[in-house]
Amino acid sequence: MTALLLLKNLPAWLVILPIAGGVVTFLLPPKARGPAGLVFAWLTTSLAVLAGAVIAGGGSLSHALGGWPPPLGIGLKLDGLSAVFILMTGLVGGVVSFYARVYFDKVVENPARASMFWPLWLLLWAGLNGMYLAEDLFNLYVVIEVVGIAAVALAVLSGKNPAMVAGLRYLLAAIVGSLAYLMGVALIFGATGALDIGLAAAALETGPTAKIAFALILAGLMVKTAVFPLHFWLPPAHSSAEPPVSAILSALVLKGTFFIILRLWVEMFGVSLTFAAGQVLGALGAVAVIWGSFQALRQQRLKLVIAHSSVAQIGYLFLLFPLITVPLGMAQTPDWTVFAWTGAIYQVLAHGFAKAAFFLGVGVLVIAVGNDHKDSLLNMVGRLPMTTFAIGLAGVSLIGLPPSGGFLAKWMLLKAVFASGQWWWVPFILVGSLLTAGYVFMILRLAFAPALKETPLRPVPPGLQACALVLAIAAIVVALPAEWVTGLLEGTSGFGNAVEMISGGGEELP
Amino acid sequence: METHEVYAIVAVGLFAIGLAAVFLCERFFKKIIATKILGGGVFLLLVSIAERDALEFADPVPHAMVITGIVVAVSAAAFALALARRIRLQSGQDRFGGEDDA
Repeated sequence: MTALLLLKNLPAWLVILPIAGGVVTFLLPPKARGPAGLVFAWLTTSLAVLAGAVIAGGGSLSHALGGWPPPLGIGLKLDGLSAVFILMTGLVGGVVSFYARVYFDKVVENPARASMFWPLWLLLWAGLNGMYLAEDLFNLYVVIEVVGIAAVALAVLSGKNPAMVAGLRYLLAAIVGSLAYLMGVALIFGATGALDIGLAAAALETGPTAKIAFALILAGLMVKTAVFPLHFWLPPAHSSAEPPVSAILSALVLKGTFFIILRLWVEMFGVSLTFAAGQVLGALGAVAVIWGSFQALRQQRLKLVIAHSSVAQIGYLFLLFPLITVPLGMAQTPDWTVFAWTGAIYQVLAHGFAKAAFFLGVGVLVIAVGNDHKDSLLNMVGRLPMTTFAIGLAGVSLIGLPPSGGFLAKWMLLKAVFASGQWWWVPFILVGSLLTAGYVFMILRLAFAPALKETPLRPVPPGLQACALVLAIAAIVVALPAEWVTGLLEGTSGFGNAVEMISGGGEELP
Repeated sequence: METHEVYAIVAVGLFAIGLAAVFLCERFFKKIIATKILGGGVFLLLVSIAERDALEFADPVPHAMVITGIVVAVSAAAFALALARRIRLQSGQDRFGGEDDA
């Protein structure tokens, strides 16, 4: 009976449990926050796995909060696409939580202050799950703000000045982004009188209001997703945070707003999409791939290398939009859209695991050596072999070498690009991989080079190195259950679909 | 021109002023005030769309959104002010610059 109730209300529990964890850990004394927080984190991970298992059989799970159906109430919906994102968040979050438990207990100077990690992280997790489940535009605004504020608070956890300044920059960008989103939502509500995504989309008519609203929503969410050229806040914020926080911000938080863009693009923006709209998003992504990788190659500090690499890896995701935006009358016919969808979703998964592994691995290095300057890598292979191996594996997935998850992502995107005839994206994907190989091999070359003067390593608590390795292995083997993942996705209503554009550009596609 | 139209036009003006000021002003404090003006524009637009042809009374849903929005905006502004104050106390810095890598 209780098991049945849990399953029926699973979408609600995925949000309520981490919120409850956040409140409980906040009320506990600092010493008790770590153990309690880890319990709540792993319970949330279990719910995420359960969500994946329930949806694997096909179909979706809808939940009207408090028994009030939309339009009056707020709907939550768990489908294949949201299950994949929730599962990724749950698995990465579970491992990062264990790392954080050890790190904030043993390594930081002020464990009492650092114990605030737990309420903030659980709140952030609840917000992310909310993003993947919400069916309501205003509810999405609220969870966007929850995630934004919790993410900034986590980023400034160390209390050091560079982190604080970077955090304020992040916060200002986040506030402007979410207000632009809310302005767009206000216009849509004014035009349709509905906030539920499905109801609003059905009532929305093509016209200037819809176009301005979409532009505002898109711009606001793109600031949050750090799409070039709106990525300016990311490198300082992600590189100055504590290692588990950097992992959460890069691997998980960026994916939340990407999910919302994708969702709205497919389910709502259809009434006013043009060929140019898809191409502009793709172009920003393509430039981000080159610019972010190039910047990563130039950095002297490892955490900045990884942060710039996130800008590039997020860029790949936006190549999805031109590929699924097709001329009128063509929706659902082109076969490349499934490749494009699979590629982008795999990019989300592979980047999530690999980037978290990367940040946790560099965190180990910083504990052992004391800084994250490139030169501290010298002879790391002899001194921290497990961490070097983890960073190497994560790098393999970022570059996109077979058989990693990153390879599958880039291969599928390339297939879709060729099949769709939009060949102009090819050089960006290939040069991006080449530049990524550049900074990954730069790291590995230094790790294998002998050190002139060996400084003694500080001890690294056991378990931390293993966390980075587990995530790095996940970034490789995530390619193996590809069939299971695509099966999960194919049960989703929007998956593999293309969005018809309203005008223009028809003749430019074969 | 009807009252709610005046509101809507003023709302867009406030939004534009706030957005420009966030980017153009240098000091933290002015940037934070700019986000408040930006938010004021959004909330005023929400209030103005509460008057709709289909309804004889003001639509309560936008009002509920404004109330929620104000609570969120106040918390975010308080957080931003606390951060700016702490930075000022720690390093005397009152604007961005120097640490930029992007």
